[in-house]
Amino acid sequence: MTNYTPSILAGRRLPNRWDGAALLLVMGLLIALVDVGRGTISTPIAAIQNTTIHLDPSYLPYYALRSTARMFAALFFSLLFTFTYATLAAKSRRAGMVLVPILDILQSVPILGFLTFTTVFFMGLFPGKVMGAELASVFVIFTSQAWNMAFSFYQSLTTLPNDLQEVSRSFRLSPWQKFWRLDVPFAMPGLVWNTMLSMSGGWFFVVASEAVTVGNTTFTLPGIGSYVATALREENLRAIFYAILAMLVVILLYDQLIFRPLVAWSAKFRFETTAAISGPEPWMLKLLRRTQLFREIGETVTGAMRAVFRLRLSFAATRQVDESREPSRAVDALWFTAIALVAAYAGWKIIGFISGTLHWHDLGQAMLMGTFTMLRVTVLMAVAAIIWVPVGVWIGLRPKATRIAQPIAQFLAAFPANLLFPPVVLLIVYYHLSADIWLTPLMLIGTQWYVLFNVIAGAAAFPGDMKEAVANFHIQGWLWWRKVMIPGILPYFITGAITASGGAWNASIVAEVASWGNHTLAAHGLGAYIAEATANGDTARVVLGVAVMATFVITFNRILWRPLYAYATRRTTLG
Amino acid sequence: MPTQPAAPLWGKTMDQNAIQPLLTVRNCRQSYHKEASADLVVLDDVDLTLQEGEIVGLLGRSGSGKSTLLRIVSGLLKPTAGEVKWRGETLHGPAAGVAMVFQSFALFPWLTVQENVELGLEALGVKKHEREERSEEAIDLIGLGGYDGAYPKELSGGMRQRVGLARALVVHPDLLLMDEPFSALDVLTAETLRTDLIDLWMDKKLPVKSVLIVTHNIEEAVLMCDRILVFSSNPGRVAHELTVPFAHPRNRFDPAFRQLVDDIYGIMTRRAPKEVQAAPAVPPTGFATPLHPVGTNLMAGLLETLSSPPYDGRADLPALAAALQYEADELLPLGETLGMLGFAELEEGDLILTETGKRFAEAETEDRKEIFATQLKAHVPLINAIRAVIDQRSNHRASAVRFRDELEDHMSPEYAEETLRTVISWGRYAEIFEYDEEAQQFGLEEEDEEEA
Ligand SMILES: Nc1ncnc2c1ncn2[C@@H]1O[C@H](COP(=O)(O)OP(=O)(O)OP(=O)(O)O)[C@@H](O)[C@H]1O
Ligand SMILES: [Mg+2]
Repeated sequence: MTNYTPSILAGRRLPNRWDGAALLLVMGLLIALVDVGRGTISTPIAAIQNTTIHLDPSYLPYYALRSTARMFAALFFSLLFTFTYATLAAKSRRAGMVLVPILDILQSVPILGFLTFTTVFFMGLFPGKVMGAELASVFVIFTSQAWNMAFSFYQSLTTLPNDLQEVSRSFRLSPWQKFWRLDVPFAMPGLVWNTMLSMSGGWFFVVASEAVTVGNTTFTLPGIGSYVATALREENLRAIFYAILAMLVVILLYDQLIFRPLVAWSAKFRFETTAAISGPEPWMLKLLRRTQLFREIGETVTGAMRAVFRLRLSFAATRQVDESREPSRAVDALWFTAIALVAAYAGWKIIGFISGTLHWHDLGQAMLMGTFTMLRVTVLMAVAAIIWVPVGVWIGLRPKATRIAQPIAQFLAAFPANLLFPPVVLLIVYYHLSADIWLTPLMLIGTQWYVLFNVIAGAAAFPGDMKEAVANFHIQGWLWWRKVMIPGILPYFITGAITASGGAWNASIVAEVASWGNHTLAAHGLGAYIAEATANGDTARVVLGVAVMATFVITFNRILWRPLYAYATRRTTLG
Repeated sequence: MPTQPAAPLWGKTMDQNAIQPLLTVRNCRQSYHKEASADLVVLDDVDLTLQEGEIVGLLGRSGSGKSTLLRIVSGLLKPTAGEVKWRGETLHGPAAGVAMVFQSFALFPWLTVQENVELGLEALGVKKHEREERSEEAIDLIGLGGYDGAYPKELSGGMRQRVGLARALVVHPDLLLMDEPFSALDVLTAETLRTDLIDLWMDKKLPVKSVLIVTHNIEEAVLMCDRILVFSSNPGRVAHELTVPFAHPRNRFDPAFRQLVDDIYGIMTRRAPKEVQAAPAVPPTGFATPLHPVGTNLMAGLLETLSSPPYDGRADLPALAAALQYEADELLPLGETLGMLGFAELEEGDLILTETGKRFAEAETEDRKEIFATQLKAHVPLINAIRAVIDQRSNHRASAVRFRDELEDHMSPEYAEETLRTVISWGRYAEIFEYDEEAQQFGLEEEDEEEA
């Protein structure tokens, strides 16, 4: 397995002043969304025919299908977004200056905190229709998937091999042709990998977005998430176990039918000049490739796609590039001014939005809550490291164990952890445990697996000749960990830890508050702060909480993860 | 979009355009704008005319601007000044009748041989049936029959470059451009490909009218070309033009052939006239000269070889290259580097050991380091600049980034990086400074630090 640089660390050489502007722009955009949403709240929403969710397990296959369909709809939009946004950011220098930092901020903003507003916003677009609620759900899933996919695509576009670009130009491929012949294939392995991460993360949001409470109305969409929500309300433990079971089956199917074949297939696009030994072909891919019927269908489909990719769709001739011309300073200055103005306007709007209801001590309060959550995340990461690093190394050094454990860890990472919350909450309620402590592990239940499977991958990729050299010098015990193994797996560990901690922040919004029937448990933390503000319809505090969380996450990434990752990769790669 | 007729164009004799050259380049100049210093001139006042029916070679040292000129001719790059005419018309972009072969092969790894070859036809909108026919034809012509469905990574280097050739030929270009097409291949494979290509050309089986080939390799140029343009560097100019009078197939061991090769070596190693050296265009900060990444072990090895029999201090470059199993073009930068450091001199195709070089070859490790340090300080101002900054600082550290930036004012980022790498490895060997990869900082050795 290759170690792809996490998108959060995408080493970009942009000055940090862009971050400020981007943060303002993103928050401004979200406030605009909230504003529109709030406008529609006041006008009574024609109640959509509120679907009743049946807890009878025979309904579960249908619900699972609906949830899956939402997931794939969101995936479709994520791809669309990826192909357009990232292309624009990579092809236009000036657009890139704004779009890339915005993307960077977006992936650190916990959109989950805006769930209510996005729901209201989309309901406003389609008053009285199920469509609105469906779109709102799809949008939330989209926001959990799109950013890292777009980042991965952007990164590929900026590292396109020069000679292949020149070939495309000298043979006068049109931009459309070049996009499908060069850009997309080159980006494919990274994109597939990131899509897989996105999908894994996405299930969590599917579950969270199917039952949304606005004020005292709850919008439910038929799906596994709303099934669980109903089960929680009705204190039906058995139904929750059914839901977990159904989810396991869904994820198993999607893993076997879609992702394993996709990842194996995408190996063809790896940009390497020697043929690598590939693992066994996934059975699904074998089926598709070997079965007459599937093969014919496949060929017809790819044939049609190729014909579309071959279209020129442009009549302009390829032009020379002019490397001696400098980009115009005047236009740059104009552009910067325009961005500064828009950012200032956004800033002014934000202040206007917040200043009416909030005071400085609210900021202090939010920061304090943020510190609590940060403490939680830090402790969790440390615990995860202590547990999973030795386990992962043990597994990774044994090829047989790796072959069994790796897919399991990957599979567990995809499982939406919020389905596992109820049993834990039940225990806390039953034994009167402290919510502040015992709700904490929930944040990492879903994402700890990223640490595990990355460590396994790192240990498995440890060079064989180095292992022999180490054995030869009788390096053992603590020295072995310190000098050999930890440096060897460090970049992998960090990759996993980043995904895990990012997920933990986001999950805090759902994990710091949990309920069972009419018991509600809340821990102290920013996630609970946001969740509570949302429940009270206190938009200003939601915005404040989300902004503070985004700032925490970004600072965490900049100060801790980015330098650490840079250090690890520089230190531990040869050449 | 007018597509070309499917029938092969080769064998067609001169038409009414015969008197008109295929391509003319007049007063061509390419320069890069640099913030901190004068513009970096890569090509200056270059003229070039290509007629139908000839193979022309561009020969010159690394960094002399050959690839740049080729990119201008191909319509990929717009020259800063001057005009490029293709069949009498000013060029604004890649022309229909021009195709390129790349040093790195530049094949799409996710496309099969056949799909790679068809790429140019797809862009032209050629229909499927015709595409298949023409690609089949090109694949067979270039000796790739049976490999249609293979992926590039399954092929050897030589086969890959054949795909590169087929891909260029399938569009039936009038002009075939090749940028060091064989330099990534091993000697024997390169030779086979060259011979095959020349055979096809002689048999008029190549669907092209003219070939422009860039190379480092003098023998390759003499073996293939009808005309050779020798480039001078800094800035790149056409310094010499030679006609190769031999008929194909040419014999490397023919005395006249050897003589011509020797002559060209002479031209390429001839020292610049004194007056040019006296008035350098750039102030001699030493930042302007890119350094070749030549390792100290390699230098030491060559100096030892040179000082011992049968050379005893003087070697003919082509002969030395043959004896050391080097491609001639690999030896030239090495010789240049030794020349720059004052260990040897290049003269009319010979490499002559200097007094210092001899001392170095005979010295022990520690003394060698000292001699090397002295030579570096005398001839590589960049080393002195770095050391000066280190000494100035109270913490005896200096960031590499600023030096890289300064270098980039004088050369492309790739050359700047290479130069910095080279200076780091030399400086370390000579114990002039330390380098901390982690922090990207220069520093001093502990004991030096105490002294300083
Ligand atoms: N974007 C750029 N900015 C500044 N300088 C550049 C740029 N691109 C190329 N150069 C400079 O142009 C010069 C000529 O480069 P070019 O690649 O044409 O040389 P070449 O003769 O092909 O060398 P080689 O034999 O190494 O391939 C080099 O000195 C390089 O530093
Ligand atoms: Mg070149």
